[in-house]
Amino acid sequence: MSEQERIQKQRVSRASDAIADVSVDTTKGEQLKADLDELLDEIDEVLEQNAEEFVRNYVQKGGE
Amino acid sequence: MAIAKVLGIETEFGIVGGPDPDPITASSIIVNAYAQQGRTRINWDFEGETPDLDARGLTGLTAFAPVIETHLANTVLANGARLYVDHAHPEYSSPECRTPLEATRFDAAGEEVLRRSLNAANASLAPTDAIALFKNNSDGKGNSYGCHENYLVRRDLPFTDIVRAMVPHFVSRQIIVGAGKVGAETEAAAAAHPDFQISQRAEFFEEVVGLETTLKRPIINTRDEPHGDAERFRRLHVIIGDANMSQYATFVKLGATALALAVLEDEGAATFPPRPRDPVNAVRLFALDPTLRVTVECEDGRRLSAWDLQEQLWTLVGAYVERGGGDAVAGRDEVALILAQWRELLDGVRDDPASVADRVDWIAKQRIIRGYQERYDLTATDARLRAIDLQYHDLRPERSLASRVGLRQLFGSSDIADAVASPPPTTRAFFRGQCVMRYPDQIAAANWDSIVFDLGDGPLQRVPMPDPLRGTAALTAHLFESNSTAIALLAALDG
Repeated sequence: MSEQERIQKQRVSRASDAIADVSVDTTKGEQLKADLDELLDEIDEVLEQNAEEFVRNYVQKGGE
Repeated sequence: MAIAKVLGIETEFGIVGGPDPDPITASSIIVNAYAQQGRTRINWDFEGETPDLDARGLTGLTAFAPVIETHLANTVLANGARLYVDHAHPEYSSPECRTPLEATRFDAAGEEVLRRSLNAANASLAPTDAIALFKNNSDGKGNSYGCHENYLVRRDLPFTDIVRAMVPHFVSRQIIVGAGKVGAETEAAAAAHPDFQISQRAEFFEEVVGLETTLKRPIINTRDEPHGDAERFRRLHVIIGDANMSQYATFVKLGATALALAVLEDEGAATFPPRPRDPVNAVRLFALDPTLRVTVECEDGRRLSAWDLQEQLWTLVGAYVERGGGDAVAGRDEVALILAQWRELLDGVRDDPASVADRVDWIAKQRIIRGYQERYDLTATDARLRAIDLQYHDLRPERSLASRVGLRQLFGSSDIADAVASPPPTTRAFFRGQCVMRYPDQIAAANWDSIVFDLGDGPLQRVPMPDPLRGTAALTAHLFESNSTAIALLAALDG
């Protein structure tokens, strides 16, 4: 293999590594988004129905 | 030489509901609900003298009349913890633990204790009077309540060195252990109009050093109540911290702080990261900047971010551990875990927040708040986002969000149930918990450094425990095995 060929080959393999990285990242990103969507659905189910009243009534005396 | 970093956490829980508007009533119902389940009904003892005997009581026993506060519920649990009404909140003070991992488990046990109390209380209340509990630190309206850490330090360590060494850590650690908050509630922080802050507590700190905990809160609290031999020990009472839902955050918070204190005791304050020139402003600025880019001027003239300060401290502690330090905090494996997690959280919050959303509370909370806001196109001040903030800390299983966001656990439910039922074996809490468990009818009162027995006739007998490292299972388990009654135990201690 000539020096030039070797470099070419390295470039090619680096390029394909990069593509692989990107696709992993995309998959990871999609997975994160899907996980978050599922979580947000669950939050919709358990969130206090009247958020405004819940937040307004949450009054504490200082402590410590 | 660094001394054993005996440590623990006190948490005041937010509370709403109950049969009348006074939160003290609801708090008392919660504490009594636990006590009435037969788990404990022993009063806390407020006697504050410094006795001179250890838990093994190798010399004679002394007797004092206990001072028992009767108007507020106040109990000692079989795991060595204290459960009581503090001001207008139920508070769980964990037993003294020997390592950060153990203290994290007993903090998780505290959540479980309050959850059980809540179930028991609500079973006897009308649905409209149901109580809810929250492990958070502010109501979003300017009222804050605490989550305090305690660390045993050498009495001869100059307090000025503690201030010099620990201020940089206490102002900056929030970037990995902050619990996050929607909006702002003090004038100084509200001026910046933040949508979200890293810390629940940061904006409430107004002094660098001081005795107060409720007004003019200081970064370094000078309360000097060693709950032990005051000649040898100081209890560093750390009031600048958020209550964490993430067990990993609690673990790293305790581990990093304990290791920093060990470095300080062994090597002095000179090598610590520099102090910001205006620490109070630094705490607030760091909290207001989830991008972690803001820098503050430090006493050596450089401008550093919270991340820089944590990075420097991590490096200092890492080198100390490489040289063989760390035994004062925990065994080798646990110290290695502290350093590894501390590092991962630091790198994660800066480079890849999603990678630490399973361990850093403010990242976990910010993720769902942003997500919810984007899904429904809400303004940053929408009540639903504040409700998510609150419910992140909600102890009601059907409302809890922390239990749904995928936080990584350090302990299984059976580890935590064990820590609810029995004390840590490694400190005097073992002796306290065993006594509560075995002789509940003969104990008149107990507190951190003594137990008062009432054997029915004769004077009350106090067993002092001035050394947190005495009264361990190694030193006293055989006494409990061979003495089935309190009378026999006291005779054995006396003999």
